[in-house]
Amino acid sequence: MNPEILDWTEGTEGIALQQCGDCRHAWYFRRDFCPACGSRTLIRKQASGLGTVHAVTLVARAPSEALRPYAPYAIALVDADEGFRLMAHVVPEARIGDRVRATFHAFGPATVPLFVLEG
Amino acid sequence: MSWITGVGLTPFGKHPGRSTLDLMSEAAGAALDDAGLGRHDVDGLLTGYSTTFPHLMLSTVFAEHFGLVPTYAHAIQLGGATGFAMAMLAHHVVESGLAKNVLVVAGENRLTGQTRDAAVQTLAQVGHPVYEVPFGATIPAYYGLLASRYMHQHGNTERDFAELAVTMRRHAAGHPGAQFHDSIDADQVLASKPVASPLKLLDCCPVSDGGAAFVVSRDRTSDFAVRIRGTAQAHTHQHVTAAPSLTEFGAAASTRAAMQAAGIQLGDVDYAAIYDSFTITLAILLEEIGLAPRGGAGRLAAEGHFSNADGVPLNTHGGLLSYGHCGVGGAMAHLVETQLQMTGRAGTRQRGTPGVALLHGDGGVLSSHVSLVLGREA
Repeated sequence: MNPEILDWTEGTEGIALQQCGDCRHAWYFRRDFCPACGSRTLIRKQASGLGTVHAVTLVARAPSEALRPYAPYAIALVDADEGFRLMAHVVPEARIGDRVRATFHAFGPATVPLFVLEG
Repeated sequence: MSWITGVGLTPFGKHPGRSTLDLMSEAAGAALDDAGLGRHDVDGLLTGYSTTFPHLMLSTVFAEHFGLVPTYAHAIQLGGATGFAMAMLAHHVVESGLAKNVLVVAGENRLTGQTRDAAVQTLAQVGHPVYEVPFGATIPAYYGLLASRYMHQHGNTERDFAELAVTMRRHAAGHPGAQFHDSIDADQVLASKPVASPLKLLDCCPVSDGGAAFVVSRDRTSDFAVRIRGTAQAHTHQHVTAAPSLTEFGAAASTRAAMQAAGIQLGDVDYAAIYDSFTITLAILLEEIGLAPRGGAGRLAAEGHFSNADGVPLNTHGGLLSYGHCGVGGAMAHLVETQLQMTGRAGTRQRGTPGVALLHGDGGVLSSHVSLVLGREA
């Protein structure tokens, strides 16, 4: 593991991906093997935070009292430039196909990616 | 060969004070009566799960409670696809000779047995706990994401989705057990409270209490039996983030395999029972299976194609959207209604006498697909 990699799921402001050292497959959900070929030769990388909106929804009904004050909030699936897809918050004006860039914001107990329009 | 020899269904809606086991028992009793069987005839038992009554061994808890001593029993879990997956398994258990009469039963007090927030949060956990749930994602949000992409690709409009909700509500008006009977029009669906765009409240199925059961048998124990002719599954992902596509899922492959096993073509299908947790779910499944052209499910619904015997009658009990959704029993209500239609017992809802029915369910976020083909004749 590379300690300099920033990863929001570990409390630091960054997006991490994994890539297979053998078949080059890139993915997001962390594991200790390549889900495409089974190889255990992995590279953990820092994503650029740049991507394209693939799908988006504006959530009006939060799932809990703690998150109610944040609603409405927009959730997107973003295709990262490195070739993997991730879920994140996005500014509500973002549309499918828009180029976006990751920032981070506090949401309930966590700090999570919030993508803003790029350029 | 296997037959669905009996079906049982409770009304869906509010059953305050009634537990998971109460609702399962009511449905199971009705199904056994319908099949002309007693408790001692049941040698196989399949159950799903209940979010209000989590247990490691629901099948044997139910067997003890209801008074069964099966030689084959267990529970399975496949989200919304559980009911049809149990039908598929029961078919193969009977065909293999493991059991003669398999009781498949589900029930849950999902509406009155917990708070609405608890229900929403439990269901949201089908999302990824690290990479999805922290965004305040909910089941409607996962399907809202699908809907946005699907509309972008295939040109469906929110009014198209609304027409599916209107059709399911009109069908529910004919069933005394349905949770909702008040008629709605497309404008009301469009004006209903936003939940997760483009989905509004009336694009979403309700949370319900209810139970459903059926018996799958080696022999035709009743005069009202329909044959399970073909079954199949397809599983492409669990989490929406990991879905290989947001516009192509496992429904086409699964239904194709089930129809091949049954030796039928899509054109032979004269009744359809399709999972409808949200209007977008129903639109995607109808269009991917080929029961409607891409982008065309709403138009066909508005034209009455899914309501009349000269089209393909669909979810004539009102579906999850208007009969209601009590968890595992939700899709099983689709199967119960199909059996009633095929045996000419649907009363004022009867649409012809369908000879070949296609049933399709999905679990997760269009993740897990199960298809069944039922036939009236041997």
